[in-house]
Amino acid sequence: MSDFGSMLFVFVLATFIGLGVIRRVSRLLYTPLMSLTNAISAIAVVGSIVVAGADHPLAIRILGAVALFASMTNIVSGFMITDRMLKMFKKQ
Amino acid sequence: MHLIGELSAVLATALFIFALYWMNDPKTARHGVIAGVVGMTVAVVATWIQPEIIHHGWVVGAIAAGFVVGVPLSRVPLTAVPQRTALSHAFGGLAAGLVGTAEYFLWRSGSATAEMTHFRMSALAAEVILGFLTFTGSLMAAGKLQEVRWIPQRPVTYPGQNFVNIGVLAAAVALGVAVALHPGAPWAEQAFLAIAVLALIFGVLLIIPIGGADMPTVISILNAYAGLSAVAMGFVLDSKLLVTAGALDGSSGLILSIIMCRAMNRSFTNVLFGAFGKAQPALAAGEQKPWKQETVEGAAQLLEQARNVVIIPGYGMAVAQAQHKVRELYDALTKRGVTVKFAIHPVAGRMPGHMNVLLAEANIPYSALVEMDEINPEMPQTDVALVLGANDVVNPAARYNKGTPIYGMPIIDADKAKTVLAVKRSKNPGFAGIDNELYVQDNTWMLFGDAKAVLGELVKQFGGGGIH
Repeated sequence: MSDFGSMLFVFVLATFIGLGVIRRVSRLLYTPLMSLTNAISAIAVVGSIVVAGADHPLAIRILGAVALFASMTNIVSGFMITDRMLKMFKKQ
Repeated sequence: MHLIGELSAVLATALFIFALYWMNDPKTARHGVIAGVVGMTVAVVATWIQPEIIHHGWVVGAIAAGFVVGVPLSRVPLTAVPQRTALSHAFGGLAAGLVGTAEYFLWRSGSATAEMTHFRMSALAAEVILGFLTFTGSLMAAGKLQEVRWIPQRPVTYPGQNFVNIGVLAAAVALGVAVALHPGAPWAEQAFLAIAVLALIFGVLLIIPIGGADMPTVISILNAYAGLSAVAMGFVLDSKLLVTAGALDGSSGLILSIIMCRAMNRSFTNVLFGAFGKAQPALAAGEQKPWKQETVEGAAQLLEQARNVVIIPGYGMAVAQAQHKVRELYDALTKRGVTVKFAIHPVAGRMPGHMNVLLAEANIPYSALVEMDEINPEMPQTDVALVLGANDVVNPAARYNKGTPIYGMPIIDADKAKTVLAVKRSKNPGFAGIDNELYVQDNTWMLFGDAKAVLGELVKQFGGGGIH
C-alpha cells in the first residue's frame, strides 16, 4: 500500500505548484501569507484525529489529543488572524 | 467510504492551492481564507466519519481546547504577530513530533496495520527530528520576540558553538539512519527516544545565537521546517493530502527565506551559523562627526514645504506603537498636497511583511506602500526622507564598508534624498550595534525621542494654528 514512488511524485509536483503560486503572492501580504500557510499545514489534524480517536492504548491517545489540540489551535488562530489582517488592506 | 476519503482529499488540496493563488492580490485575498476554511472542514469531517474513530469525546475535547486557545491567539495586537507566528510554527512542529512518536510506538506494540518499511521508518525519523526541532526552536524564537525575561534577547555565542550544534544534529540523524535500517531492533526504542530528545535540544541551540534583526529570516526558515515536518508525516501516514499541504507550506517558507536572505545579502548558513551582532570592527576609526539636531517646529516646516515625502519605517515604529500617529501625519501632509509614500524594506520589522500589516492596520492605503526596489530610483527626487525607527536598512555603509556585518545588504537610499529627517529613540547604535553614518550626513537632521511622542508633536504643529 505504501507506494514510495507515487508519494514522492506527489511531493515533487506539489512543491513545484507551491513555488509557482507563492512566487506570485503580493509582497504586501507576506505576513498574512505566513499565517495562512500555517493554518493550511495544520492539516496534520487528520493524522492527529486518527491517533486520538481510534481504539489505541491510553498513552497513545494522549499523544494524539495533544497533537490534535496543537493543530486545531493553528487552524483556528491561523485562519482568524489571516482574515483579520486581510480586512485591513484597503486601496484608498 | 474509502472513495469519500479520496475525493475529499482531492477537493481540499484544490481549495488549498486556490487559497494561496488568491493571495496574489489584496482584493481577492480574503477568498483565500474562505477556501482554506472549507478545505480544512472537508478534510476534518472526512477523517472523523471513518468507522475506526470511536473515541469521539477525545476528538471533541481536543478540538474545543484548540478553539479556547486559538481564538485569543488570533486577537493579539499586530505588533505581536511575529511571536504568534513563531508560536504557531511551534505548535505545528509539536503536532508532527507527537504523531510521529505515537505512530512508532503503535507499530512497536504490534497494533499498527501498516508494514514498517525502511522508507517509512526514515520518514518517521525525519518527521520526529523536524517536528521537535521546530517545536523548541520556534518556542525560543517566540520567547525572544516576546522578550521573555529568562530568554536572552542578544545573540549568545561561545567558542565551538557551531561544532556543538552540528554535532547534536549529526547524532540525531545518525541515530535516525540506524533506526531506519533496523526499526525492530531491541535498542531501537531507546534510540528513537534519543532522537526526539536530541532534536528538542538542537532546536534550542539553533536559536540561542540569533538576534532580533535576523528574526524575519529565522521565522521563514522555521516555517519551511514546519511544512517539511508535515510532509514527512504525510509520507508516514500515506496521505497525499498531507504531503501536498506540507509542501505548499514548505515552499512558502523556502521562498520567504530566500527573499529575506537576499534582502540581507546573507546565506542560510550564515544566518544560522554566523551569529549577527558580534562585536563589530571599529567603523568610527576617524573622528566621529557630530549629529545635527532639529526642532519639531523646524521639522514640521521642512515637511510642509516638501512636494514629496518618503517615510521609511522600521522596527522602532512598531516598538513605539507609532503607526496611528504616522497615519495622522500622513493625513496632515496629504491634505496639504504633499505626496507621501512609504518605503518598505523586505526585512524591516521582525517578520516578512510586518511593516505592511502595521501600516494597513493604521488605515494607510496599500497603494502608498512601496517596495524598496521601486522607491529607490525616486529617492534622488525626494524632498524629505523621514526615517522612522529604521536603522540598518538605511545605513549607507552597507554599500562600501566591507568591515561592517551589513556589507552588501541592499538598502533604501534615504541618503540620496534632498533632506533626511531621522527619528531615533536614543543616541546609541542600532540593534546590530553598527554606527549609522546617515545620521551625520550634511543633509541629515535628527529628532531624538520616542517615535510616537515625536510624531505626536509633529502632528500638533500641523493641527491648531502652529503652521498654516
